[in-house]
Amino acid sequence: MTTPSPVALDGSALQEQLTETTSRLAIPMWDLGVTSSYDTSVQVDHGEPKQLKARQSTMAMVRVWNDEGLVGITSTNDLSPLGLTAALQGAKQASRFGDTQRPPRLSPQAQDPITPIKQPQHSIQPIQLLLNHLLEAERQVLHSHPAISTVTYNGLNQGQRERLYINSAGAWRKQNTTSATLWLYPRAEEPGRKPRSAGAVRVAPGVDALDLEGCIGEATDRTISHLDYAPIDTGIYTVCFSPEAFLDLLWAFSTMVNAQAVLDGISLSQRDSLGTQVASSLLTVADHAHHPAHVAAPEFDGEGTPTRHLLLIESGYLRHFLHSEGTARAFADGSVATGHATMGAKVTIGPQWLDVEGERGDTSLSCQHSNSVVLIDSLSALHAGVKASQGSFSLPFDGWLLSGGERRSIEAATVAGDIRSTLHNILACEGAPQCTPNGRAPHVWVEGLTITGEA
Amino acid sequence: MSSPSIEATAASRLDQSWQPELEELLSVGMGAGADLVEVFVERNNQLSVLAEQERITSVSPNFGCGAGIRVFKGQRDGFAATNNLSRPALMAALEQALSMLGLGRGTSSSTWQGLGNLEDHSTGKEQWLTSCPTVPDSADCLLAATDALKRHGQHLQSRRASYARDWQEVLVAASDGTFARDLRLHQTVGLTLLAAAGDHRASISRRDGNTDQPDFLVRWPGATVAASACQSAGKMLKANFVEAGTYPVVLANRFGGVIFHEACGHLLETTQVERGSTPFANKIGQPIAHPAVTAIDEGLSRNNFGSIAMDDEGMTPQRTVLIQDGVLQRFLSDRAGQMRTGHPRTGSGRRQSHAFAAASRMRNTFIGGGPHGVEELISSIDHGLYCKQMGGGSVGATGQFNFAVEEAYWIENGCLREDKPVKGATLIGDAVTVLPRISMCANDEDLAAGFCGSISGSVYVTVGQPHIKVDRITVGGR
Repeated sequence: MTTPSPVALDGSALQEQLTETTSRLAIPMWDLGVTSSYDTSVQVDHGEPKQLKARQSTMAMVRVWNDEGLVGITSTNDLSPLGLTAALQGAKQASRFGDTQRPPRLSPQAQDPITPIKQPQHSIQPIQLLLNHLLEAERQVLHSHPAISTVTYNGLNQGQRERLYINSAGAWRKQNTTSATLWLYPRAEEPGRKPRSAGAVRVAPGVDALDLEGCIGEATDRTISHLDYAPIDTGIYTVCFSPEAFLDLLWAFSTMVNAQAVLDGISLSQRDSLGTQVASSLLTVADHAHHPAHVAAPEFDGEGTPTRHLLLIESGYLRHFLHSEGTARAFADGSVATGHATMGAKVTIGPQWLDVEGERGDTSLSCQHSNSVVLIDSLSALHAGVKASQGSFSLPFDGWLLSGGERRSIEAATVAGDIRSTLHNILACEGAPQCTPNGRAPHVWVEGLTITGEA
Repeated sequence: MSSPSIEATAASRLDQSWQPELEELLSVGMGAGADLVEVFVERNNQLSVLAEQERITSVSPNFGCGAGIRVFKGQRDGFAATNNLSRPALMAALEQALSMLGLGRGTSSSTWQGLGNLEDHSTGKEQWLTSCPTVPDSADCLLAATDALKRHGQHLQSRRASYARDWQEVLVAASDGTFARDLRLHQTVGLTLLAAAGDHRASISRRDGNTDQPDFLVRWPGATVAASACQSAGKMLKANFVEAGTYPVVLANRFGGVIFHEACGHLLETTQVERGSTPFANKIGQPIAHPAVTAIDEGLSRNNFGSIAMDDEGMTPQRTVLIQDGVLQRFLSDRAGQMRTGHPRTGSGRRQSHAFAAASRMRNTFIGGGPHGVEELISSIDHGLYCKQMGGGSVGATGQFNFAVEEAYWIENGCLREDKPVKGATLIGDAVTVLPRISMCANDEDLAAGFCGSISGSVYVTVGQPHIKVDRITVGGR
C-alpha cells in the first residue's frame, strides 16, 4: 500500500491568477518559482521508534520588474489569491530598491526545449515501512560488533517535490521528483579508548531503491576500521582523498568556476582565467546535472534555464564558468546561462553535480601498497575551515595512515593547504570514478599537504 | 524617496481567537489516546538587505506562516508540519501525527479539560514591526558602512554589508493547559571584506545581533565596526601561516565563547543525553572543568540575541548554571528531554520554525568572568597564541571539536606580538580534555551574537566569555 501524494501544484491556475493580478497592479514583467514538497522521516533508538515526522511545505518566490526595469522579489508560502497578491505588492515595493547596475532579466533560454531526465517516480511508502526498514538497519549495525553501542545519528527520509517556473513571457516549466535518503552513524567505544564514529549515506529515487545493505555494511566497516587508532605526527604528507572527500573540497571552492563570484571579486578566478591552467593536467571536471546517478536531478534552474552537461576544467585548464542569465550578459563574451542559477533579488549560482575524471598519473601510488601516506576518508566542518575567497583550508578529517598495505586509523587530525596548489599538486587519480550524492570522482592523490595531529 | 514598509502576509493575527480551533485539535488528539498534544503556530515577516560596494544589490522580503503539531505517546512522538493554516489542513496534520503512533481519531469525546488562560508575552510589542527601519533607512545604514570600509581599508577587493530582520508571531497550545503567545524581533547586521594584494588575501567579518529593539540598526555603530574590520584586514593580509603544533592559547572575550558553545554546551543538551553521545551524561555533581570555570546558559537577559520571553514550548526561560567552579550542575532540557532523561525543563525548547520539533537548545551561553586582568593571562605564556577573532566551528559525533581562527597573533615571552599576526589556525580537541585546561579567566566577560544549527534548525544565540587561557591545545596550521 502506498500513500497518496499531497504535492500537487495547479500551475495553470497560478498562471491565470498571476496574469490577472499583475495586470491589475500594473506590473509589466514577472516570473514565479514554486517548490512544493512533502517529506516523511523516521529516527530510531535501540529498537524503538524515536521520532516520526511529516512535513508539507510550499515556498514561492515572485520577481517583478517595474517600469524602470528594476527588479523586486518576495518569497511566501501562502499561494492563496490574497497571499500571492501580498507577495506581488511586496515585490513591487522592493523593486524601487532594485539593483540599477546589473538588474536581472528573464532568461532567454527559459522557453528552450528541455531534455527530460528519465528518472522513475517512486510512490510514497507508508511511514511504518520506513520505520521497519530503519529498525532492521539499526539492529544489524548494533549486532555487527560488540564495540558498537548505539547508532547515534540515524534516519530514513522520503520526499516528493514538485517544481514550477512560469513567467510573463510565456515560459512554463514543471518537474516532479522523488528521493529517499538513509543515514547511519554508529558510535563505537572500547574500554579505556576514545569513542569513534563514522557513517554512511545512501540516496535513491525511492525507499524501495535504497541500497540498505550497502549502507549498513559501509557504516559498520567504517566505524570498526577507526577503533584501532593512533596519533599521527604533525608534518607534510602525500594524501589520497576519497571520492567523497575530494568532491567536498571541490564544492567548497566552487566559487573558482562561479561567474557571479568572479564579478563580485570574491573568486580565486578572474574573467580572463578561462584557458589558463588551474590544476594538474591529470584532472578533468564537468558539471553533469543529468548524470543517471544524480538523484532528483533538476531539468531547469531557478531562472527556467535548462540544465546540462558543462565542461569546467579540461586536463587542468579552465574551460567554462557557471553562468546565470545576468552573468552571461555581463561577461559579454558570448557566454550563455548554463542552468545553475537560483532565483533571488540577487541571483546566486552553484554547481549541480560534479563529475571528476582523472588520468592515472603516478602508478606507484596505491591505496593498497603505498607507505607513510594519509588516506582521507571524509572531511568535516567545511563551513568553518574553508576560506573560499582566500583559497585556504584547514579541516578535520577521518582517515588512515597507510603503511605497507596496512591501514591504521588516525586519532584526530586536520589537513591544511591551499586549493590552488592542491589542484596543481595532484599526482595520480586512482580507480574508476565512484558515485556519491554530490557527484562522481576517483581517489585523488595530492602531495605536500600539512597534517596536524592532536597531541 | 518615500519610506514604504513592505506589507505583511495576508494571514490573520494569531491570538486568543484561535482558542476554539486549538482546543478542538487538542481534544481530538487526546481523545485518540495521546499522552500529550502540542500545537505551535507561527507567522513571520522577514526582510534581508545586502549592500555591495556602493549599491544595494538585494532586498528580499519573506512572508510565511505554518504550524507544527506534536503528539506524545509513551517515549515516542510523532510530528507533522504544514504551512497551510486552514482547519482541514491542521486536522489532517494532527491525524498524520496520531497515525505515526498507531493512534486513530476516535468517535468518543475526550474528557480533556481545555486550555488555561492565555499567557500573553506580547504586551508592549505590537508596534515593533512598524517601528523597524524602513528599507531606505536600512539601505542608508548599510551603504554608510560599506563607505566606511572604503575610507578605512586598503587593498579592498570586496566590501559587503548585510542586514536581516526576523519578526515572528507565535502561539503555543498544549494539552497540559499551556496556552501562550509571543511576538519576537531579531535583527542582525554584519560586514564582510576581502583584501587582496598579489597572492595575499584576507577576509574579515563582523556581525552583531539584537533581540527586541526595533531601532537596533539605526544605533549600530557601523563606522566603528568598519574601522575595526579594516584594521584587522590590514594586519592579516600579509600574515604568515601559523605553524602547526600544540600551544598555550589565550582566547579573546565575546566570540571566543564559541569554543565553549561547541565543545561543551552542546554536550549539556538533553538531546545528547538521549543519544548517548555526551561524555557528561552521568557527571552531575562531579568536576568536569578547571575550578576557574563557571558556565551559565540563560534566556532572560535584556536584548541579547538568544533571549526569549518564552521558549517554543511556551515555558518561561530560566537562568541555568551549567558548571559551577568546575563542577557540573545541570543539563538544558525541553519537554521531550524531561520525559526521556528525567532532567527538568529549563525553558530551552527551541526550534527554527514550525517545520521543526522543538529540542533542548542553548540561548545565551557564557563562561563567567574571573579575577584576572587580561595582561596576567598574556604574561603567563612564554610562547603561545592569542586568538583575537574566532571564525565558525563545529563538534563531531564523538565530541571532537574544531574552530577556525580568523585573527591571531603570537605571544612571546609574556608579550602580545601584534607585529606577528598569523593566519590559517584551527583549534582542535575535545571537551573532556580541554575543559580542565582552562586555567585562567579574566574580568572582562562579554557576549557576541551568533547562529546555532542543530537538530531543530538554526536558532539565535549568544556566546560569550572573558579572555581565557587554555594551558595547551592543538593548533592546526601549515
